[in-house]
This record gives sequence, C-alpha cells and structure tokens, in this order.
Amino acid sequence: MFWQVTLKFLEGFGATCSVFAFTLIFALPLGLIISFGTMSGFKPLKAVMKTIVWIVRGVPLMLQLFIVYYGPSLLFKIPIGDKFVATIIAFSINYACYFSEIFRAGIEAIPRGQIEAGQVLGMTRFQIFTRVTLMQVVKRIVPPMGNEIITLVKDTALANTIVVAEIIYHAKTISNTIAEIWPLFYTAVFYLIFVGVLTLLFGWLEKKLSYYKV
Amino acid sequence: MEFLEVQGIYKSFGNVSVLRGIDFTLSKGEVLSIIGSSGSGKTTLLRCINLLEKADNGTISVNGEVIIDAKEEDSYTDKQIRNKRLRMGLVFQQFNLFPQYNVIDNLTLAPKLRIKENKSLTKEARLEAVNAINKEAEELLASVGLSDKAKSYPCEISGGQQQRVAIARALMLKPDILCFDEPTSALDPELTGEVLRVIKELKSGDRTMIIVTHEMEFARNVSDKVIFMADGVIEEMGTPEEVFDNPKSEKLKAFLQKSDEKF
Ligand SMILES: Nc1ncnc2c1ncn2[C@@H]1O[C@H](COP(=O)(O)OP(=O)(O)OP(=O)(O)O)[C@@H](O)[C@H]1O
Ligand SMILES: [Mg+2]
Repeated sequence: MFWQVTLKFLEGFGATCSVFAFTLIFALPLGLIISFGTMSGFKPLKAVMKTIVWIVRGVPLMLQLFIVYYGPSLLFKIPIGDKFVATIIAFSINYACYFSEIFRAGIEAIPRGQIEAGQVLGMTRFQIFTRVTLMQVVKRIVPPMGNEIITLVKDTALANTIVVAEIIYHAKTISNTIAEIWPLFYTAVFYLIFVGVLTLLFGWLEKKLSYYKV
Repeated sequence: MEFLEVQGIYKSFGNVSVLRGIDFTLSKGEVLSIIGSSGSGKTTLLRCINLLEKADNGTISVNGEVIIDAKEEDSYTDKQIRNKRLRMGLVFQQFNLFPQYNVIDNLTLAPKLRIKENKSLTKEARLEAVNAINKEAEELLASVGLSDKAKSYPCEISGGQQQRVAIARALMLKPDILCFDEPTSALDPELTGEVLRVIKELKSGDRTMIIVTHEMEFARNVSDKVIFMADGVIEEMGTPEEVFDNPKSEKLKAFLQKSDEKF
C-alpha cells in the first residue's frame, strides 16, 4: 500500500514541480517588467501598475485561480479552458506582483552614486543597468526571493482546488478511497525535501555572491 | 583663450538658487581649489561641469570648444551627453567603486565597453585596443601604488586605497579636466595623506584639476588658483597666497578663522 501511494505521489509531485517551474519562468521576467512600471516616472502608468499590484496581492490566490479558470466561461459563454494553463496564468500573475515588489526594493536600494559613477565614466543607461546595478540588485534580492520561492512550493497545493492532479490532489483521493488520513500527512515529506533542496541552493547562491559587499 | 572657461553658471533647485553666476578660467596643467562653507554650492558646481546636473544658464568650454551651453542642454542627445561627460572626470567623496568588480576590472570596465560599442573596429584592432587598456590600467594602478591590489575587491581594501583606485579609474578615460569632490572627507585622518599625495603627483604630471576640499593646507600647497565660494557666488579668487594670507572679504576671513580653529 505504502509503495503504491508513494508511486502515485511521485506522479503528483511531477505536476507540483511543473506548476512551480512554469510559474517561475513566467513570473520572474513579468515581475521585473511590473517593477519598472511601478517605478515609472510616467504617473498614469505608475498608478495603474500600483493598483494592479494592490489587487493581486490583496485577493486570495485561490480566488484568483477560480477567476482565471471559471471567469472566461462565465463571462463569454465559452467552454472552460485547460486547468493546468489556468493555474500557470493565475500563479504567474500573482507571483509576478510579489516579485515586482522585491525587485523594486532591490533596485531602489542601489545608491545613486553607483549610477552617477557609471555616468561620469561615459556608460549608457543600458550598460549601467546591466553592468553595474543588476548584479547588486541580484545580491540584495536573493534572501527575500528565496523566501517567496519557498512559499510558491507550498502554494502549488492550491491547484488541487481546480482538480489539477498534483500531490495533494492524489493524497485526498487516496485518503477518501482507503478512508485513512495518513497519505495526506505523508505529502509533507515531499514538500520538506523540495524546500530542503531549495534552501541549500539559495544558501549556496548567497555564499557564491558573498565575495563582494553592497 | 584659456583652456577651461566657465561663464555665468546659474543653477536653482525649485526656487532656491544655489549657483548665481559663476565665472572662472583655468590654464592647461593648472590646479584650482574650491573652498567654502557647507551649502555654498561647490558640489553643485562640479555636478554641473560633469553634466550630472543641468545648469539653468551659462557656458563651459574646453580648449575653445563649447562643451556645455545651458540653453542647448535640453537638445543634447544621450550620445552627445556621454561624449561631453568624457571630457571631464569626477572623483566622488564616497569613491563609488563598483563593488562586484575587482580593482582592475573597475578600471577597465568603461573603456572596454567603449571598444565593444565601436562597430567599425576589426577583430584585430579590437583585441589590440583591449590589450592597450589592460596595460594602461596596470600602469595607472602602479602609479597610485596599488599594483598588488589588482585582484582585490573594493570591500577588501581601505578607504584610502579605494579612493586611489577611483582616481585611477577616472584617469582611464583621459579626461581633459579631472574634478574631485572632497576626495578625503570620507576618510579617517590617517588615510588622507596617501590620497593627497597621489593628487599632488598628478599635478606634477601636468593634469588640469579642480579640487573641492576642506583641507586648507593641501589647497595652499597644490593649487595655482583658489576660489572661495559663498552663497552661490565666487566671493574671492586668487593665488593661494592672496586667498589664504591676504583675505579681503569679511566672509573669507571668518571662514579661514573658523577652519583654523578646528585644528
Ligand atoms: N538635488 C537637490 N535638490 C534640492 N536642493 C539641493 C540639491 N542639491 C543641492 N541642493 C542644495 O543646494 C545647496 C548647495 O549644495 P551643495 O551640495 O552644492 O553644497 P556644498 O558647497 O557642496 O556643501 P558641502 O560642503 O556640505 O558639501 C544646499 O543648500 C543644498 O541643500
Ligand atoms: Mg559638497
């Protein structure tokens, strides 16, 4: 029994990992773009972006998942779309907004003098961003990013509410079938291993970047 | 015609006018020191000269060529501004080295980017130019006495050493005029000497320099010309002897007395 459950969980864990990976792939660049928006000197854009960030961070992720999944069919009378795609869209937007605030804090913390040093050396704005500020931003944001990314691991469990076959979904199904609760608790092992690996990874990254101070 | 001509520089922030008509000239190879109490506009003047701040009015020319004309400053393209900035160098009070690069890379980063940008170069020419830059960086580092720190990161060296690196970095771009904004103010007293010595050596190397400083002894020793600024105007200007030994205005007399009391 235990091994059968484990096998099923590994299958579900695959879905958990792909929700995690796809969300990161889309949310990281999107977050950077949103952060540029919230720091824009163009007031209307800034206001719009700040409002979006407020709404997305203010509404429960589960609700956003439902809105993305059921919303289009309710509004436009079209058939319900793919649940995996809906999950990735909802998660990406949600996490992009959280990431954008981390990026913003990281970018705004760069001392003005760093940019001015680049300017008096005749560097272009793009060169200053890519060669001077970016690495300093990266170093500053690794710890808060690590935090947020670890939260994402566990938030993937929400996908079971729209019947994405990730690990919690399998655990619930099995628990119901065999009328025992232990499979649900057993899932914690998988999350702990995943988060453990990520913690090591971020620790390594921090160490790797410790050769300079910002 | 003088090497550097600064004429009628005005600058205000909102309705606070910080610079109210600054005029001076400087010959090639001369050193100008700017002294004055806090808030008199010294930093703002250097920032205008280096195009970090847009002057409201006035012109700055080097070698007869107008570099900055405040009236046209809005129409300068990014590329023009960058090229104009390269005529001037600026060493900051806080050094502003790039923390993620080691010392030698701090020196070579900007010049190498310029080579990379220059699309007309052949591969060989490019390689040769990069080699020249590496060689030059090593020489400059040696001239500020830091050859052994080439591979160190800014956080691993002292403030005085960081400032010497910053000076070498500014020299890599071969500015016509090198400006210093209180280069030793962020340093512990025992580290100011090594930085001032480097600046003095630059003077014998015939560099044209503008130095904002609170080090009166140093200003007296190194300068050909001294400007005393007060409330956004040049209150007094002359040779070090004239300014320090025979101050005319009451403001300068009071300022010198105050800075004497500090020691
Ligand atoms: N970006 C700015 N916005 C508004 N006011 C400014 C700005 N920069 C400088 N000022 C004001 O301009 C005045 C002159 O400042 P500046 O930094 O040029 O003085 P300073 O002579 O360099 O003084 P210090 O010896 O303290 O460095 C000050 O009153 C300062 O508050
Ligand atoms: Mg100043």
